Amino acid sequence: MRILVVEDDQETASYLARALKEAGHVADLASDGEAGAAMAETDDYDVLVVDRMLPKRDGLSMVDGLRKAGHDVPVLILSALGRVDDRIAGLRAGGDDYLAKPYSISELIARVEVLARRRRSPDSEAVYTVSDLVLDRLSHTVTRGGEEIVLQPREFRLLEYLMRNAGKVVTRTMLLENVWDYHFDPQTNVIDVHVSRLRSKIDKGFETPLLRTVRGAGYMIRDPAR
Amino acid sequence: MTRLGRIASTTAFKLSAIYLSVFTAFAIVFAVAITYAADRFLNQQVNDAIASEFLDLSQEWNSGGAFGLVDAIEERIRRPGASLYMLTDINGRLVVGNVTSISSDLLSRAVREPTAVDYETPQGEQRVAMVQVVRLTGEMFLLVGRDMTERQRFEDVVRYALVAAAVLLLGLGIVSWFFVSRRVLKRVDSVAVTTRRIMSGDLSGRLEVTGSNDEFDRLAESLNAMLERIELLLGGLAEVTDNVAHDLKTPLTRIRNRIEAVLAEPADAERQRDVMQATIEDADQLITTFNALLTIARLEAGSGDGATERVDAAAVARDVAELYEPLAEEAGVALSVDAEDPTPIRGNRELLGQAIANLVDNAIKHGRSDTTDADARVAMTVRSENNDAVIAVRDNGPGIPAAERGRVVQRFVRLEKSRTTPGTGLGLSLVAAFARLGQGSLTLDDADPGLVATLRFPLDSGDG
Repeated sequence: MRILVVEDDQETASYLARALKEAGHVADLASDGEAGAAMAETDDYDVLVVDRMLPKRDGLSMVDGLRKAGHDVPVLILSALGRVDDRIAGLRAGGDDYLAKPYSISELIARVEVLARRRRSPDSEAVYTVSDLVLDRLSHTVTRGGEEIVLQPREFRLLEYLMRNAGKVVTRTMLLENVWDYHFDPQTNVIDVHVSRLRSKIDKGFETPLLRTVRGAGYMIRDPAR
Repeated sequence: MTRLGRIASTTAFKLSAIYLSVFTAFAIVFAVAITYAADRFLNQQVNDAIASEFLDLSQEWNSGGAFGLVDAIEERIRRPGASLYMLTDINGRLVVGNVTSISSDLLSRAVREPTAVDYETPQGEQRVAMVQVVRLTGEMFLLVGRDMTERQRFEDVVRYALVAAAVLLLGLGIVSWFFVSRRVLKRVDSVAVTTRRIMSGDLSGRLEVTGSNDEFDRLAESLNAMLERIELLLGGLAEVTDNVAHDLKTPLTRIRNRIEAVLAEPADAERQRDVMQATIEDADQLITTFNALLTIARLEAGSGDGATERVDAAAVARDVAELYEPLAEEAGVALSVDAEDPTPIRGNRELLGQAIANLVDNAIKHGRSDTTDADARVAMTVRSENNDAVIAVRDNGPGIPAAERGRVVQRFVRLEKSRTTPGTGLGLSLVAAFARLGQGSLTLDDADPGLVATLRFPLDSGDG
């Protein structure tokens, strides 16, 4: 994937670029809003990672300008401002996701990958399949190896989100945001309990576990045979 | 600025000056009007008197001829306070009268209207009189007049009174201004002095409230309320600084020591990995603590998270219950929710969610006497009560002694027995700060057994 990182702090920028390269992506750097906008206009990137406060032109106005010019490249906004209304402002300006500083690099990479995937395959599939696990979004049924698995509505949404991003790491905060629509830090990791409950329903009694815990990052569902 | 300039720039001086000039202007208008009216009235009186004398004397002239007229005049001259009379022949020679000398051209002009003239009394006094001259048919001039000295004296008295009143007024104005301004300046100065003292660090200082309930008292009361709040905030800050120092420095030191130790050891990839993993976990905990602190600080500063909207507390409570249900089950706690639909309040869904989550989190973690308690329950209720939305989280655990309930909402306070459970010690402070921001309250009570934490917010009855 080609990723453009627009960040004025040199150290953060090169750290981000290195981490993205290690994760198998190509990262270009721009150090101010003007340069970032110019690069995003001329090159075809899969995802933009844009710091909110930039010299010359701030991140929000840069994203807004790109959107007005008809670019639909997914944008992840990074900001030291983590208040709810800052997030809303960021998303309203055309950002697709918002990550407050300080963030962990695995969180950032997970979000970038999910954003890129969302662009390449728009969310139109009716059925998600991972190995022998099948989730039918229309009939709201889940089967594994042909056997029906009964899930609670929230467990269904949790599995749906994991399967939509099959093969990608999703973090706990991403799950809280996308499945529960809350952005706060729960004091205890309530998400873990939800995931382990889901795991016991879809993996227990089957030979190959599909739902894996990625240490220090989050969770991933994937077919180990592929 | 000179002392005079300073006085001239005071509000009291400006107000007095305006008051004085307006009052003086009115006084002048009044004085002029009174003098004018009095003048007219007195002139009219004199003219009427002269006219009536002419009427009487012309009757004498008609009935008794020249001799009758002379007799009548002589008789009138003898009366006390007599008018002025002068009867002359056509050449101006005096026939009879109490006026000895008068300018001759006056007679020749035969003034019809009463006119002020100078004249000389038989005693040789120079005086002013109002006179009218009539030419009689027998080629004689009859002059009748009234002495004006009395009137002039009256005018002088009025003028004197006016001047005296004006001077008195000015004097009184200056004196009253002096007192008013001194009083005002004194109070303003006392406010300034107290404020300076407070600014120099004595935060317990308060402005004087005299109890007269005037504007200054109201101002002082407002400023005192403001100082109260500042003192509270700064007090909180001082306490927080100590706690921050402890709760942030401890993990930072731990991180530092751990890395130092690994660096000193011979390189072992596996060991290094473990240490780094642990370090990331500590750093994450620090970030969580830091975020919670920032959120509390923003809530307490009253700026909140900007967006307030109509939120259904019942729906949020159910979301939280749903989120915590597996955790509760794993911990062996029966979590129930009983929410009355809809219970709308004004606030921020995220923050309300976090506040309720913190209460539930606490109840699950601390609401059990021990892990073997088989009957642990956490019950959430949401209902409206007297225009309030009441969100209660009740457990049946050991509760918190009444004496410690006030303390646990403070930042970083963790009761001794919960020191070992993970947590930032900020959960309840955050809930309390959020409650204050939404004009609500957080109370902790004895649920007998257990603890009940109650959040109260005004119901949002509007359509917005």
